[in-house]
Amino acid sequence: MKPNRDVGIAGYGAYVPRLRVRTADISATWRGRGGAAPAVAEKSVPGADEDVVTMAIEAARTALDRAAVDPETIGAVWVGTESKPYAVKPSATLVAEALGITPHTVAADMEFACKAGSEAMQAAVAFVGSGMVEAALAIGMDTAQSKPGDALEYTAGCGGAAYLFAPADLSLAVVEASVSYVTDTPDFFRRETAHYPEHGSRFTGEPSYFRHTLAASRRLLAEVGCAPADFAHAVFHQPVPKFVEKAGAELGFTREQIRTGLVAPRMGNAYAGSSLLGLAAVLDVARPGERIFFCSYGSGAGSDAFCFRVTGRIEESRHGATVLDYLDRRRLVDGYGQYLRLRGKIRTA
Amino acid sequence: MDLPRYHRLTAPYYRLEGQRCAACDAVQFPPRTSCGACRGADLKPYRFSGRGTVYSFAEVSQPPRGFVGPYVVALVELEEGVRVTAQLTDISAEEVEIGLPVEMVTRRLQEKGPHGYLVYGYKFRPCLERSAARRAS
Repeated sequence: MKPNRDVGIAGYGAYVPRLRVRTADISATWRGRGGAAPAVAEKSVPGADEDVVTMAIEAARTALDRAAVDPETIGAVWVGTESKPYAVKPSATLVAEALGITPHTVAADMEFACKAGSEAMQAAVAFVGSGMVEAALAIGMDTAQSKPGDALEYTAGCGGAAYLFAPADLSLAVVEASVSYVTDTPDFFRRETAHYPEHGSRFTGEPSYFRHTLAASRRLLAEVGCAPADFAHAVFHQPVPKFVEKAGAELGFTREQIRTGLVAPRMGNAYAGSSLLGLAAVLDVARPGERIFFCSYGSGAGSDAFCFRVTGRIEESRHGATVLDYLDRRRLVDGYGQYLRLRGKIRTA
Repeated sequence: MDLPRYHRLTAPYYRLEGQRCAACDAVQFPPRTSCGACRGADLKPYRFSGRGTVYSFAEVSQPPRGFVGPYVVALVELEEGVRVTAQLTDISAEEVEIGLPVEMVTRRLQEKGPHGYLVYGYKFRPCLERSAARRAS
């Protein structure tokens, strides 16, 4: 897919909370000795006063600071998340108000499990590409939920990134093409009154993550007429590091190409924020002229794949906090008990 | 804080938006009906940078209803010269020092019970350390 006028990313910003819990502390509570080591050593945890709204505001502030775009020209604000603070009430209006974008803007929350953030990116490209608005803000952010003791609890992390899309001449990376690939696949879901999501265990692998990621990626490569070797970096959704390594290898990307965008080993899976954070980590170091391959995955299920080409504006457009700054700013919580309290998993009434 | 009052205060709460006096150029926070310096009434919205230093602070170990403690409350001197009272976040009382550089963040202030609304507003945290600077030092 390609819009009528060329569109790109004019500004981007990331956010990862400061707190981490060691997955060894989770194992010590739930697993016997001698079990397999968790897929990541630690994962990010939101502070008591943080949620998707506060995290989205910080990432978006960085994105707006970096862009040569007047906030009043932003005509759309979308927050993609599966952990919105209100079940009914948009997060996007709060984010837009905090950024000074209100009132003449479209605003809504996007829902598509871990693909909600890239869904917002597709919509932003279309809105700007059609000329309906001059700039559109797409955010993917999550404080991922997981049932105590469940396999997901070892990786469900928190964080995300914000992307301000604008016409190509204002952009630090131009969208060369994008594709979407969706099917009805019930690999992961949460019913309305349930606190925690359910998943299909091994069903989340081959028929879900790999099928959609590989199909969307191959379609995009065919559309832009590129081989994996034409890209400096490749970014994928990151439920666990080995999924990314396997998908990358099957498509023909090297470990070196996926290394920079792989943030999950240091913070877990940020769900709707996961692949967007990986892209931000790549933009933090990308050089003009480089091509970046991006493919998200969200349960339910689907993938959005984008091909970006970095422009000469990149060097002047990345002041402020990098993904690495947030990953290096870390404080361990005081064990599994404090983690449970911070995540609201202890019922007091 | 009741709902209409919270809604009236979103500009100062979310964006640290105060005022600049058209007559004498003084800035003030929070917004008022007249200029604190010259009593002029022609006041324009002015968004503070959010950067400042801790002027003084205290730890609240017995928080009032609706707040979760312990937390640190500080008098923050903004770089524009105005002092603001606010909670500090991402830091414990032992780590706070007078003169500590801080920056504004928007965080949750209060939750009106499990079925009620959420109040968001400004807090201050230690300025985010840059990895590049850390590696160089």
